[in-house]
Amino acid sequence: MIKKFIHQFASPKTYLYQINRAYKYIFYSSLFIYTFSLIWGLLFTPEDFVQGNSFRIIYLHVPASFLSQSLYVAMAIASVTYLIWRVKLAAYLIIAIAPIGAMVTFIALSSGSIWGIPTWGTWWQWDARITSTLILFIMYLGLISLHTSFSNHEKADKLLSWLVIVGFVNIPIIKKSVDWWSTLHQSASITLTDRPSIDPSMLYPLIGSIIGFFGLIICLVIISSKVQIIKRESTKSWLKDYV
Amino acid sequence: MNPIRKKRLSSILFVFLFSVSGVSLILYSLNSNLDYFFTPTELKKVQMPPNKRIKIGGMVLEDSVKRNTSKISFTITDYENSVIVVFEGIVPDLFKEGSGVVALGYLDNEIFYAKEVLAKHDENYMPPNLDIKQ
Repeated sequence: MIKKFIHQFASPKTYLYQINRAYKYIFYSSLFIYTFSLIWGLLFTPEDFVQGNSFRIIYLHVPASFLSQSLYVAMAIASVTYLIWRVKLAAYLIIAIAPIGAMVTFIALSSGSIWGIPTWGTWWQWDARITSTLILFIMYLGLISLHTSFSNHEKADKLLSWLVIVGFVNIPIIKKSVDWWSTLHQSASITLTDRPSIDPSMLYPLIGSIIGFFGLIICLVIISSKVQIIKRESTKSWLKDYV
Repeated sequence: MNPIRKKRLSSILFVFLFSVSGVSLILYSLNSNLDYFFTPTELKKVQMPPNKRIKIGGMVLEDSVKRNTSKISFTITDYENSVIVVFEGIVPDLFKEGSGVVALGYLDNEIFYAKEVLAKHDENYMPPNLDIKQ
């Protein structure tokens, strides 16, 4: 049963039809959650006891940073799927996710810089967390430009998947950088093991903003994957019917 | 899984393992060079050439901040060892006694002359009224 479902979903055609049905539900619910959490976090949450109002940028910075790593994990899963099972849809997803990953990483870096000016007194320092995130951003850009530089799509897909797997080593480094080395960036406020070191009045809108932002970015990935499918399957007859 | 896919999976694992071991060797050899700052205890252990630009970090010791017109001096401590810092300029808003700080400058005769002082924020976020309660 499950196997059959996965097999069906792996075909770009079923994927396209299913995703079109689900799209508006994902979009409106996550738009609602993100707007709600933003209004809650920006207007109805008390100030931080040292940072004052400038802490409120976490409602953008934390979701973006979380997504910048999650999207890479998603690319890595898609790469493994493509390399082992040669599922074409997985290859389309890798290149569909890459530009969105780059965008989200850029948001994470720039919002962090903006927060850094009033908090640290500087907008850029070469500490382990900031540098490893910059490497992630450059990796996304590299993967995109690599893929576009090939005229042979299949070759590009394979090389891209291998590089995504090689670069995956950066993800645990970003995550653990604040624990392994002394950094200017603070360590994690929310962990799986300990009680969050962020007050509940700030934590609940933060969790909401992460969920909402996640959904909105998923919507972008869906749109971008549709573009990839239409680009790559343009010769197929079912696509002509679809369009 | 059929044999071809098994082979592909093992080559993926192999490539990933190679990438992990390569990067961990690099990180291992760089070791403390990747640290953003020295703590006062670490500074005591290593012989620092004089006038070499370094960063030291720790907490601002309570009751150590002395302001004299545009000059400010304070003690950075990790509650084991401490270093006296002299700085001329404007410190960030979040700079205060008992909170984290990073100073960039050079050590000369046990006194650290800072060119730049940054505040280091910790992972605690809370509203002001809760602070009083605790």
